[in-house]
Amino acid sequence: MNQDKLETFTLDGQPIPFSAGQTIIQAAMAAGVYIPHLCFHPEFKPHGSCKLCTVKVNGRQTASCTYFAQANLVVESNITELNDERRALLQMLFVEGNHFCPSCEKSGDCQLQATAYELKMMSPHFDHFFPDRPVDATHPDYLLDFNRCILCSLCVRASRDVDGKAVFALSGRGINSHLIVNAESGNLVDTDFSSTDKAAHICPVGVILKKRVGFAVPIGQRRFDAQPISAQPLSKEDV
Amino acid sequence: MTTNLETAAHPEALRRVAIDPVSRVEGHGKVTILLDEHNKVHQVRLHIVEFRGFEKFIQGRPYWEVPVMVQRLCGICPVSHQLAASKALDAIVGAKHVTPTAEKNRRLMHYGQILQSHALHFFHLCSPDLLFGFDSEVAKRNIVGIAEQHPETAKRGILLRKFGQEVIRHTAGKRIHGTGAVPGGVNKSLTIAERDILLKDIYQMVSWSRDAVHLVKQLHHQHPELYNSFGAFRANFMSLVGFDGSLDLYHGRLRARDENGKVLFDGVDYQNYSQIIAEEVKNWSYMKFPYLKSLGTEKGWYRVGPLSRVQNCDFISTPLAEIERRDFVAYSGVMPMHAPLGYHWARMIEMLHAAEMIKDLLHDDDILGSELMATGERGFEGVGVIEAPRGTLIHHYRVDEQDLVTMCNLIVSTTHNNQAMNEAVRRVAQQYLHGHEVTEGLLNHIEVAIRAFDPCLSCATHALGKMPLEVEVLDAAGLNLSTLSRTSEGVLS
Repeated sequence: MNQDKLETFTLDGQPIPFSAGQTIIQAAMAAGVYIPHLCFHPEFKPHGSCKLCTVKVNGRQTASCTYFAQANLVVESNITELNDERRALLQMLFVEGNHFCPSCEKSGDCQLQATAYELKMMSPHFDHFFPDRPVDATHPDYLLDFNRCILCSLCVRASRDVDGKAVFALSGRGINSHLIVNAESGNLVDTDFSSTDKAAHICPVGVILKKRVGFAVPIGQRRFDAQPISAQPLSKEDV
Repeated sequence: MTTNLETAAHPEALRRVAIDPVSRVEGHGKVTILLDEHNKVHQVRLHIVEFRGFEKFIQGRPYWEVPVMVQRLCGICPVSHQLAASKALDAIVGAKHVTPTAEKNRRLMHYGQILQSHALHFFHLCSPDLLFGFDSEVAKRNIVGIAEQHPETAKRGILLRKFGQEVIRHTAGKRIHGTGAVPGGVNKSLTIAERDILLKDIYQMVSWSRDAVHLVKQLHHQHPELYNSFGAFRANFMSLVGFDGSLDLYHGRLRARDENGKVLFDGVDYQNYSQIIAEEVKNWSYMKFPYLKSLGTEKGWYRVGPLSRVQNCDFISTPLAEIERRDFVAYSGVMPMHAPLGYHWARMIEMLHAAEMIKDLLHDDDILGSELMATGERGFEGVGVIEAPRGTLIHHYRVDEQDLVTMCNLIVSTTHNNQAMNEAVRRVAQQYLHGHEVTEGLLNHIEVAIRAFDPCLSCATHALGKMPLEVEVLDAAGLNLSTLSRTSEGVLS
């Protein structure tokens, strides 16, 4: 193993050590190098859907969350070509839902917003869809605001793989994909969702919200107030 | 009290002059004037051409989001909306009384807001008219001209506003659109370091605020005929008044007086505002027309804001502002001052009061406390009222058992002044335009009257789905072929 750790690949010219079985993004983050991502989470199997973590490996594009690190790979990440494409992906996510950061309680604590700041997204660029997505406030302690869902499936994976439940699922295809809950009524209150579930605390944006918390954390003390997402250690991923 | 210039009998035969947009005010509005061939004025209207809709799209949102969302109504006085909403929603979380630390930090934020907004209005927007003259050279009639001719005045205006914004930043987290006030209290109190930074400059701010009062007072004394009569009309007036009769911009009871200063009602719990105030909708403006129910639409309209507040209270609790209030009242004489330009004087007295209140609060250790939130029995309806820089601001919400807003009604300061502003521009049109060739300088007189109220037109337009409309189809000769009407209840005919 020790010999494995000594093996490296280069990321934007910097040598990155890795262990056998690590993906590129895992090795990069362990080395303190940020690769933009949304659906990746260190505690879960990769999903490979958001494509934010796309890098160039020996000149070919691939998702860094699903590509195993190998010795002597030449990986490019922080380059104009990829960042332009990542920004376009973010812009599509922003216009596809209803992301009103000015009045969102997750502002300053939202991975989508922080990633958009990181990639210098200055405007949505595309026309907004303005979908009609009523919130689900049926549960006494939790609120689902579907307007902000980015289909990362972290809640689906957390509920299934950690909680041993199947509270959440993605339904529909393509542009009609949407988050649903496992109840005939379609309401969270009728599922076996619990506030102690991993799924209750995993949402990287503002969909799964503990009720009556709102803006309890003042500006200046929110997660991304002090440091941009690229400067935050990996351990903060699952707060 | 009303003029007869709202609707001309035969508008089709008249010439139309428009001031579009009205400049140096918050938001977008226009004035239309209909004149005959002798330049006699037949119709004058202040139209609000913006359309918002917060009352509608706040429905279905969780209540704790509301104070931060509704403050986006405005970039000038967001604190007022945040505080009025938080006060209303205190009832939802059962906080009958917020903690002393919460109330004092909210007040500090509010007085910072009053200070910066009043300074912005007087120095940046109105001082060019007052110091250069209403029909002075238009190219210099702005803050840049003030900076060239009166650099010390301009500098003080900018620094007073900056200080107010810093007070807001330290209490709300940001200068504009912060998050300090939340249902049940605040999310932070002042730190010792923040307090000390503000303490360093506050005495200078009090001194400059007093100088600003003296500057306006001097203008009134130098030109009494202009300042006492320009656009003057008599009106009822209303505001919150502290429980002890003092000027209280954060909390109190509603008091209204008639044009002679006689009390119409007093000590009204603002939770019952809908029993005393109703709103009329007219088909030519997105802004509603509030009136006192007891007097009806014709006689029940009223004025709010500094001119009302300073004359409605019995006293001001801070010593320097109280001296100035007494001077103001003595100048007015037995009857209340109704002149729109009196707004500037009253506004500066309030700015001085706000600066004094900030000084007092910075010396109160409660603002450093750690008891931020209060809770109690869950409620489902709440009304919050605050005296915003421009006048009485009413927020009213209903929330269901799932914590979602089901009803929202906002009566914004400028909305209360709708009829009053229309009256002021009609008076000015009668006084200055009637029978004269219209010039830019004369049209600016109309704008000077509007600016005196410091209107925030973007805050004030909420008549979503309630505006009565009339569509006429005319042929080339102007003959009416068909008419479609919609009433304020939405009935088509």
